[in-house]
Amino acid sequence: MDYIDPHIHMVSRITDDYERLARSGCVAISEPAFWAGFDRGSAEAFRDYFSQLIDFERSRAAQYGIQHFCWLCINAKEAENVTLSREVISLIPEFLDRPGVLGIGEIGLNKNTPNETTIFTEQVDFAASRDELILIHTPHLEDKYLGTRMILDVLTSDSRVKPERVLIDHVEEHTVKRVLDAGYWCGMTLYPITKCTPARAADIIERHGTERIMANSAGDWGPSDPTAVPKFIFELRRRGHSEATIRKIVYDNPIQFFSQSKRFDFTPRT
Amino acid sequence: MNQRPAANVLENDFLTIRHAILNVAAGLDRIDEGSDNATAKDDHRIQQIKNALAILAEPDLGRAERVQLAFSRPYEPGWNKK
Repeated sequence: MDYIDPHIHMVSRITDDYERLARSGCVAISEPAFWAGFDRGSAEAFRDYFSQLIDFERSRAAQYGIQHFCWLCINAKEAENVTLSREVISLIPEFLDRPGVLGIGEIGLNKNTPNETTIFTEQVDFAASRDELILIHTPHLEDKYLGTRMILDVLTSDSRVKPERVLIDHVEEHTVKRVLDAGYWCGMTLYPITKCTPARAADIIERHGTERIMANSAGDWGPSDPTAVPKFIFELRRRGHSEATIRKIVYDNPIQFFSQSKRFDFTPRT
Repeated sequence: MNQRPAANVLENDFLTIRHAILNVAAGLDRIDEGSDNATAKDDHRIQQIKNALAILAEPDLGRAERVQLAFSRPYEPGWNKK
């Protein structure tokens, strides 16, 4: 089955992973800007990073028949440095209209600090003022519930934010309903230990349905599996769900959400 | 949306559940057998684990959500008005 991984960090993966993705049916990916595992020392490092996302990864993916899209921002962890964050945000306009850039992301919170909240709010303002799509990172583990509630509070307080143009990622059992009920799109991340397993993600689908929901690998430099989405597909198939139901989650839904960006120039496989 | 007979789900998932519970039991034994287990017993995460284990024994649906909340920091309404 053709599928789209709507959240994966290919800058952290080897070229063999592109081949594994292609062999497993992946036809497109979207790559949010994120924390590289260490704090970068200057805004210029982000200029290079944005070029890597927009040019190098798009080209590397294309060699395996995978269409590559990306998001730009200062991530939640490095947003603790407010001065650096504002310098990075000021760089974004020069990259925003490049092919394949879908919007602003993954912005959000990490440890739910005042500085993170300040920069999250400023990036929401940046995106809303340009009517850009937004992709949001919700915190890990014990910080997720509180952080997700805070993120929803910030979004609700800005009347320009259109929920149908926002994807809130890394939802789990305790956050998914609140996100969907508020009208946002959501993503379930399939991780070996710290987020959803394929089975739990399938449980969430069975409980909350297939509208405005996606599944991703969030493959990165840490423990993660870039081919997690096919395992989720297999789990749904094992439970007897129809191909149409599965395809809606892993292919149709990402296309529906991303198509709101004029720079989503996706070509389906013929 | 889950239309599968419960007996089939049990058949499919029994070993996975048994595996998970054994891992919990062995993990708790490992902590208790540690050289300074009195210190660990005061760690707030031990209480979180105990709360989560109590939720498993509850009869109502939504155990996974409640276990998640047992391991979560609480939300404070009005945090952004301070």
